[in-house]
Parts: sequence; C-alpha cells; structure tokens
Amino acid sequence: MSAYKIIDHEYDVVVLGAGGSGLRAAVGLSEAGLKTACVSKVFPTRSHTSAAQGGISAALGNMGEDDWRWHMYDTVKGADWLGDQDSIEYLCKEAPAAVLELEKYGVPFSRTEDGKIYQRPFGGMTKNYGNETVQRTCAAADRTGHAILHTLYGQALKHNTEFFIEYFALDLIMKDGACKGLIAWNLNDGTIHRFRSHITIIATGGYGKVYYSATSAHTCTGDGNAMVLRAGLPLQDMEFVQFHPTGIYGHGTLISEGVRGEGGYLVNSKGERFMERYAPNAKDLASRDVVSRSIAVEINEGRGIGKEQDHVHLHIDHLDPKVIEERLPGISEASKLFANVDVTKEPIPVVPTVHYNMGGIPTNYKAEVLTVNGSEKTVPGLMAIGEAACVSVHGANRLGSNSLIDLVVFGRAAAKRAAELVKPGMKHDEIDKSETDRCLDRFDKLRNSKGSNPTSELRLSMQKTMQSKCAVFRTEKTLKEGVNEIRKPFEGMDSLSVKDKSLIFNTDLVETLEFDNLIRQAITTMDSAYHRKESRGAHAREDFPKRDDENYMQHTLSWCNGSKTKINYRPVHRSTLTNDVQYFPPQERVY
Amino acid sequence: MVQFNLPANSKVEKGQYYKDKTGSKNIRKVNVYRWDPSKNENPRIDTYEVDMDNCSSKVLDILNKIKNEIDPSIAYRRSCAHGVCGSCAMNMNGKNGLACTKSHSELDGDIDIYPLPHLKVLKDLIGDLSTLYKQYESVEPWLKTSKINDKENIQSKKDRAKLDGLYECIMCACCSTSCPSYWWNGEKYLGPAVLLQAYRWIIDSRDEDRKERLKKVADELKLYRCHTILNCTNACPKGLNPAKAIAEIKKMLATA
Repeated sequence: MSAYKIIDHEYDVVVLGAGGSGLRAAVGLSEAGLKTACVSKVFPTRSHTSAAQGGISAALGNMGEDDWRWHMYDTVKGADWLGDQDSIEYLCKEAPAAVLELEKYGVPFSRTEDGKIYQRPFGGMTKNYGNETVQRTCAAADRTGHAILHTLYGQALKHNTEFFIEYFALDLIMKDGACKGLIAWNLNDGTIHRFRSHITIIATGGYGKVYYSATSAHTCTGDGNAMVLRAGLPLQDMEFVQFHPTGIYGHGTLISEGVRGEGGYLVNSKGERFMERYAPNAKDLASRDVVSRSIAVEINEGRGIGKEQDHVHLHIDHLDPKVIEERLPGISEASKLFANVDVTKEPIPVVPTVHYNMGGIPTNYKAEVLTVNGSEKTVPGLMAIGEAACVSVHGANRLGSNSLIDLVVFGRAAAKRAAELVKPGMKHDEIDKSETDRCLDRFDKLRNSKGSNPTSELRLSMQKTMQSKCAVFRTEKTLKEGVNEIRKPFEGMDSLSVKDKSLIFNTDLVETLEFDNLIRQAITTMDSAYHRKESRGAHAREDFPKRDDENYMQHTLSWCNGSKTKINYRPVHRSTLTNDVQYFPPQERVY
Repeated sequence: MVQFNLPANSKVEKGQYYKDKTGSKNIRKVNVYRWDPSKNENPRIDTYEVDMDNCSSKVLDILNKIKNEIDPSIAYRRSCAHGVCGSCAMNMNGKNGLACTKSHSELDGDIDIYPLPHLKVLKDLIGDLSTLYKQYESVEPWLKTSKINDKENIQSKKDRAKLDGLYECIMCACCSTSCPSYWWNGEKYLGPAVLLQAYRWIIDSRDEDRKERLKKVADELKLYRCHTILNCTNACPKGLNPAKAIAEIKKMLATA
C-alpha cells in the first residue's frame, strides 16, 4: 500500500476518543508526565457525552444521608447481579471524590440552598439497601453531560494534551497478543497516521446506531469495539442493550430520567399511572429496563396512546413552571422542537428508545482489557473505558446517572494504571509492516468499492433487523430469524458502492467504515442474545421469563471473524474488592 | 483607484441538477454549496429535488435524505441531531443555524444551504474552525482557584444563576460567523462565541483570576472590535445573548 502517505508518531499513551472518559484519562496521563495523544473523529465537545442530561451519581449526602455502600447495592441490583462486584465497589467508593474533582475543575453544578452541589432522585437509587428514594444524582440543570464535557475539555487544554482531531481510527496494531498502537486516517488532509504507543486506551463510546431508533448520535458507531473484534479479541455482554423509557415518540430524542426524578410520571391511554402496577414502591423511578418493559406491555396490550396506540405520555405539566425552568430547561426546549409540546401545559409523547450499551470491551476495574484463554488474562498494552468498556459495573442494566460517573472514575483509573505501567520515554518495539498493510488493504478495498449496494441501504437493513428482532422483548423465534437476517447486510458488502474516492473529508467512506464497524457489533449482539436463554436486566426473553443464576451468572464473550462468531462465557466476579463491604448475593429483583 | 481582484476559484458556478426520481408531487428544490479540495475546480451549487412527503421536519433530515438516497458524496458535519453537540451549524436561506433544529417549514421557497460564512471551506459544508478553537483556548477556559482540599466550593444559587445563559454555549460558531467585525478581523478579534466563554469564567464566583482575565481581554482588537451589531444574538440557535455578555465585560472594565 505504498500509495498512502504514512506519518509515524511515538507516544507513551494514545487515547482514542475525546468524550468524558477519554478526556478524563488524557488529563490524568498528562498530569503523570506521560506523552499523550488524544485521537478523535470529532472535535471533543461534539462527543456524545454532551447529550447526557440528568446527572452523575455519587453518594455525597448533600440532600440527606447517603452511603457509597447503598449506591453499590443499588448498582448491583440494577445490574441484575451480572455486574462484577469488585468493580462496582471501586466505582461507588471513588464516586464522591470524582464528582468533587469535577466541581473543582469548574463544572457549573446546580446548587442547594446552602450552596452545595444539588442532587436529584433517579431511577433505582435508594437509601439503606432498597428502602426509600435517595437524592444521589448530581446535576447541572438537565445539561450535566454538556457541562462536564466542556469542563473536561478545558482541563485537557490546561494540561496541554495533544489532540488529533477529525482523525478516523482504522485499526489497532497488534504484536504477539499485545497492543502497540493504532492507525488512523486524517480527514483534514487525507494522510494516514501510525501511532505507536505503550498503551492504547479505547474510549470510543457506544454503538447505538446499529438500531433504527436510538437516542444515540450519528457518530455512536462503536469504532473501538469493532477494532477490538478485528484484533481477534472478544466483546462482552453485547446482548444487553438499554432501551431508555422516554425517547420522544417519532424522533428518538432523549427526555431525561431527571424528569421523573423531579416528579414527572407516565400514563397510558386510560389515563392510568400504570407504573404503580409494575413497581409498587419505586413506581416511575424503577430502573430503566423495568419501566421500558412496562411501557412495552401497556402498548402491546392495547393501552398505548395515539392513532397507532404505540406510545405513552409523560406528564410534568403539574410541576411548578419555575421548577421546570430552573431544573429542566433543556428538555422543555427539546419537547418544543421535536414534539411541538409545551411541557408546562401538555404531556410529552414518549416510547422506549435504544440508549446505551452495557456490553463492550471486557476490562477489570483498572481498565485493563481482558480476554479468556483458559482463564481470565489481561491484554498487554490495551485499555478501555466509558461506554466502549464493559468493566462490568452495569451488568445487565445500567442505572441512570451511573454512566457519567463511570466515565470519570474509570478514566481516572486508566490514567493511574498507565502511569504505573509506563515510564515516560520508554523505547518502542519494532512493529511488523504486515499489520499496517492488513489495515490499509481493508481501507483501500472499501474505498475502491464499485458494487451496487450503497452503504446507506445496508445500514438501514441492519437497523431495521435489529429494531424488529432484538428489541425490548425477545424470543427464540425472533432471535433465530435475527441471527440469519443480520448477516444479509454483512454479505451485501461484497457488492458495496462507495461513490466518493477522495481522501479529504470523504464522509461517504467514513460512513462505510462506520458501517463495517457497526455490522460486526450487530452480529455479536444478535448472536449473544440468541445464546442467552434466560431473562436478566435488559435482556427479556418471553420464552425464558426467569433469571437463571445456575447457568447464566456469566458474562457472554463473543469473538467475530467476518460474519462468524464464537460464543464463550466467563464467570461473574462474586467477591468485593476489599472488606469495606460484603458481597451482595443474588436476590429476587423487585422495585 | 483601488482595484479588487478576487481569486479565480472564488466564483461559484452552477453545478449538477438532480431530478426527482420518486415521482413525488411534493417536491422542494434544495441548492447546496459544493467544493472538493481534491479537484481543481471552482465551487458549485448542486440542486436536488427532494420528495418532501417522505422527509422529516428538520433541514438536517433533508441533507441526510440527499446523502442516503441521492448523492452519498455530499459532506457535512453532524452528530447528536438535537442541538447539543453543535456539529451541524451552517447557513440556511441566508441565516446561520443548526440544521438539526431548524425546521424546513420555516424556510420560504427553494432552500439554499451554504457553509458558515467567512470560514475557509475544507469541503462542501465543512468549514475550518481551527482559528476559533485556538481563540477559545486563549481565554483559558478552566477554573482557577488556589483552594486545595477535598471539599466542594460553596456557590450560592444566586451566584450559580449568573452562569445561566453562558455555560449552555455549544460552540457551534453560528454567532461568530455571522459577525461582520469577526469577518474582517477574525484573526485578532475574539468574536462573540469566545467572548461569551471568556465572560462565563470572569463571572464565575468560584474563580480567583477575574482581574487577570479582564486584563487579558481588555484589548482594542480582542474585545473592542465588537460594535454592537447584534447579529450574534440574532443567530444563536440556543437563544443565548453573546452581545450582552460582551457588554457586561465592557461594563466591568469601565467601572473597574
């Protein structure tokens, strides 16, 4: 592939992605004196962290008594016992310090009367091991993600992080099972860049765009996940896809759980507050999988609203307009723009919408990537954080406001671990040319595709299949059909059409590379879902309605080569990290 | 007499015309600015006939429809699709805005889509924002405080409220690229987007560097090239008021 101009770089650490977790890692790495590059396909503040609304969880206890152990219990229960409790302990224990650090960085948190960080109730967040609602979710109105992302970008600037912006990452460079860096395409001038690094940290976010309707941004294509698959490594728990209960009907825009935290509630076509039936205690603040399933049941049983009876209503019109203006201004604006609704007067039409991927790149609590080869092993030189990673703290279902805290706690953990493993200026290994050739062969082949299937058609076919065969409720039949159907768009790539052959901002090719990434994740998601014959968290099998702890207290691992997958399992970690807290054994999960 | 010479490639030519192939009776003509840096050609305006019966409500939906169904080579930035990431800022029927929040029903007649004004174009609708990003960096957008402890800073609700209307900025650059003063002196004048951000840190009660921050922007070119034209406030798709933020900075300097 001598036709491509290749520019070489050497860094101690390369961070791929500049959202909340990537930026937090980059800041920590720069503080540790490591030469760090942060590579991103979009300008940092365009990352999807900006869309997080409701808040960031931490047991600060600013609005009543709280304890990180209670937070841990809620997270374990929210995860339907599929989370690794050592990692969950680390997350919840580190959370308060991580939020205070953000405040020190300058995040404009909303405030209490006495000037402390304001905290609101959120789904599944309780006091005293499930007893009553607690106010744990720290908020900057309903724009918390935006506020955190912009502040972290400022911190990265303060620490002179070196950014490579609008660079599209192609593949990891692997050598003898270790990661030695990555290869990226600079969209600004069309050059190819080879980054050699001792550690590569993947922070590329989720892959919501495998579905037709998602709150995810156009750019949420899980590029890092796919790079890991192409490197011959597995992804974990891909069947666990979170449907957010309240996406705006018809458009998919997120309406924060904070709306229900502030007193909003759901009703069906009969005007019933139906959540009282499904979750007598937590009601509208049950965890997301529970609320989404309840809405789906209401709709399936004919109590949906509208001409097609295919959505429900979210009310906040009973709240004091001043409260709405102060705490929920963003969703008021979104409701006006995308549903033409004045939230102070009318309900918002909502429907469960794909929102978050619990699954991703398996890691331990130090953010080191894991694989299984007989037993659990770390992959030298490779880390993953944020939504791309599966630590696993969210298990089978993530609690609202636990993702923003995941970003900063594990972003920081990754930087700390990297600083232990790498000394500034260490010498780099020689890398074989064959890795670069393999990567550029794929790139060149896709670029020069002259077939008849436009990327947009293949993508649409993938999205429709995922939407219909791998939705809130799943059965053997739908999944089996899905396993077959999802391979069709993959095979369609044999006759792919890419019209634009240029190298500068060729977004036709970018979308094709993104599709190539998405389809591999769609296949692993479908196959993982097919093989898990139980219901747990977000994975609801109508034909296996019960959780099966005997057979499935295990993380699914899926490898993918072409359209062929290999499924294996690794046991959930059944112990805590320290003696500060006891292991929470599985219980029946009721809200 | 002074003679102005425009570079040869600044002339925008008539481009391709893509006729509707769906047979729709509800067609809208969409004119899009195109320029490909890898070809030695002038910019052109391509026209697409778009079937509006099968198109969602925003201008971004039109562009996505064109890219997905008519011409995959068209290049523009976009991400969140609901007005929080600031990627899809562009000029629509002569006004800057976000394509993802702008309803096409609000635009009269044929729709003209151009990149944000006065930016170097990288390709089609993608403008070069690197100067603005450098200027943003120059205002040191991070909290400066000498307090080192593990407690949060206390900030009253009233002080926190001073950040409202400022911290929401998504840096889409709609304001700065609508400002004639920024068009002329974009290298030196910080422009409304960056001055709004500067003010966000100046007015933050937790920040201990207010005086220095004010001193740094108190400059003939950086600040005082604002001539209160107010295009910025008119352009902001988030309903913010950069002109007021600039006025507040000027007031603080005048009364300091």
